[in-house]
Amino acid sequence: MTLSTNRRNVLGLFLAACLLAVAVPFALQAGDNFIIVQSTTSTQNSGLFDHILPIFTNRTGIEVRVVAVGTGQALKNAQNGDGDVVLVHSKPDEEKFIADGWGVGRRDVMCNDFIIVGPADDPAGIAGLKEAPEALKKIAEAEAPFASRGDESGTHKEELRLWQDAGIDPRPSSGKWYLETGSGMGATLNTAVGKRAYALTDRSTWLSFANKSDFKVFVTGDPKLFNQYGIILVNPAKHEKVKAKEGQAFIDWLTGPEGQAAIASFRIDGEQLFFPNARPGS
Amino acid sequence: MADLTEAFHTALRLIGTLDPKLIGIVLLSLKVSLTAVVIASTIAFGLGGALAVYRFPGRGAVTATISALMGLPPVIAGLFVYLLLSNTGPLGVLQLLYTPMAMIIAQVIIVVPIVGALTRQACEDLLEEYDEQLRSLGASSTAIVRTLLWDGRYRLITAVLAGFGRAIAEVGAVMIVGGNIDHVTRTMTTAIALETSKGNIALALALGIVLLGIALAVNAALMGVRRFALRLAYA
Amino acid sequence: MLDPKIPARPLQPSPDRAHILLPLELRRLTYAANGKRVIDDLDLTIAERGITVIMGPNGAGKSVLLRLMHGLIAPTSGEILWGGHSMGREIARRQAMVFQKPVLLRRSAKANIWHALGLRGIDRGEREARVIEALKLAALEGRASIPARILSGGEQQRLSLARALSLEPEVLFLDEPTASLDPASTLSIEGLLIDARHRGIKIIVVTHDVGQARRLAQDIVFLHHGRIAEHQLSESFFAAPQSEAARAFLAGGLVL
Repeated sequence: MTLSTNRRNVLGLFLAACLLAVAVPFALQAGDNFIIVQSTTSTQNSGLFDHILPIFTNRTGIEVRVVAVGTGQALKNAQNGDGDVVLVHSKPDEEKFIADGWGVGRRDVMCNDFIIVGPADDPAGIAGLKEAPEALKKIAEAEAPFASRGDESGTHKEELRLWQDAGIDPRPSSGKWYLETGSGMGATLNTAVGKRAYALTDRSTWLSFANKSDFKVFVTGDPKLFNQYGIILVNPAKHEKVKAKEGQAFIDWLTGPEGQAAIASFRIDGEQLFFPNARPGS
Repeated sequence: MADLTEAFHTALRLIGTLDPKLIGIVLLSLKVSLTAVVIASTIAFGLGGALAVYRFPGRGAVTATISALMGLPPVIAGLFVYLLLSNTGPLGVLQLLYTPMAMIIAQVIIVVPIVGALTRQACEDLLEEYDEQLRSLGASSTAIVRTLLWDGRYRLITAVLAGFGRAIAEVGAVMIVGGNIDHVTRTMTTAIALETSKGNIALALALGIVLLGIALAVNAALMGVRRFALRLAYA
Repeated sequence: MLDPKIPARPLQPSPDRAHILLPLELRRLTYAANGKRVIDDLDLTIAERGITVIMGPNGAGKSVLLRLMHGLIAPTSGEILWGGHSMGREIARRQAMVFQKPVLLRRSAKANIWHALGLRGIDRGEREARVIEALKLAALEGRASIPARILSGGEQQRLSLARALSLEPEVLFLDEPTASLDPASTLSIEGLLIDARHRGIKIIVVTHDVGQARRLAQDIVFLHHGRIAEHQLSESFFAAPQSEAARAFLAGGLVL
């Protein structure tokens, strides 16, 4: 008599609905044809995946689920076997990944370039400079604010290489003019714009970034700013749950004619963001 | 400020046109958080009630731990669940990582301490008044727990709604264990994080406005329930 | 609501069992808390049916004594025997208690009685009949579905008492049951107690209201500093109290 029959029925229905809500995700789980790709925020945020993945899924029926984190985290996740394919842009780390046995068959996929962006008033006076390390040197000398990824990503590693070339270690100045955000590219750009700081970013993310304020592109075209993306299959020998067949299908498609064409056709405001450069059997 | 006005317009447009992407994200958020809250409450009611009524060695330690866990940073719960569900983890065989189920598990871990501690408090308060009478009537400890849980139902509803509020607003844990995968594990909060990182501030704010709307609706419901309960001296 | 088809049945303990719980014997009973002996080496025998009233100044230990008899607290030392049997769970189940402040659950009046009967394991069919009878006793049939905690103080206490009676106890304890009630409610409560006594229930009441003691009691137990100062039939107690403390109490003075 604590609950009248009617109320008991309603309660029962509600609980059943909840149990169903729990069971459904489980059911949807099983038998779904998908692979997990650990990739970077730059490819995600630019919108590249939204453009090319539907083409692949249409062709093969395989769904591609992208987890977008920094290169460091992507490789670590793949090392744990929490992904079938890795698509990142830090060749030394990729080669180490393979050497350590976590991945097999690295292939070039596409490239773009890095650029140095900054506030229109250019406090460090780097306008017109053609070489990235030189620009960084001037920024350090002027102690103009600079926003760094600070997260072991491909972009971050590239940035550190450029500082090394400039003969400067910015890290002691961390927290003063050198701001290490420890975040993805977009978040770092938000910080840069907010703090009127310079930043190193890949062109694709910058083109699709919607919060540019009055920022301009300052340094571009330096060969050192070349940015190569590589794709690797997670080693099925190390983790039996890896979907090697479907993963390889994705790699083959992306480095094959159709995938490469899809990459080339991705544009924002008419400008191409990524340049396919897969070589047969590279 | 321009962003804010644009955000309001965007929010109204998305809601007014029943934008399918928005609907998908909202439904997923609700599904994950509601399921998590139901599961967590079932566990937490029993836990809180038992803690209030039963006497056992270590009771104080357990009570203090649950209360402390209320302040557990959600991202830590996310990390913990990630380590469990990762392919190298003990529950890797379940292949639950990057699925809504993983997000539900993480949110359950976050919500149980909140609802549990509030349940325990409610039961203890009731027990102060009821203890002697219930024992005089011959109630066993289990019967006492059941009596307290039903009698405290309005306070428990408040606790559940508090847990839901925490769950639906959570972003750290679901990001780690869900992976923010489009159409699969992208919730309102992870979508907001994504749009912010793409610089789409207005869209991010718009999503935030929708999320706020849901939270307000929940709180309005809560106030309604409490007023009703007070009228009947059931609170 | 209440089902008119269910026949009325009076609430009373089965006559053959009522004998077994008396006499109540307290032997060298002690209860100490926080280093203080609230009940101090107390001896008492209550053998007669009817209403026994326990009186005494504040702090004498009356409420504690009641709770010891009902098993709500355990003595530090000494014995409590009901009809020769040691106090325990089984005996407590044949008793019921009403507290000074009515303790009602956050449910309807009817549901409160229903719940109590459920705790005692009374099966559902029987429960319905007893609920109806109890509500009649409390004169609350028309208010059965009202949330119990909205009822007036007097109604709540009547409901508490009716709930206790619905359990068909052989012994009923009451701790200052009308201390917070107005005279009309006090009258109805006392009426219920007298009626219960006639149905064979042993009643032990703690009260500080001398008038109430006079109206209800067959015998008076006077408690002072955790010991029995005297135990007499009501008439002789009020006519000629034997102890210094009782005399002072009845005269209205402060009993230290």
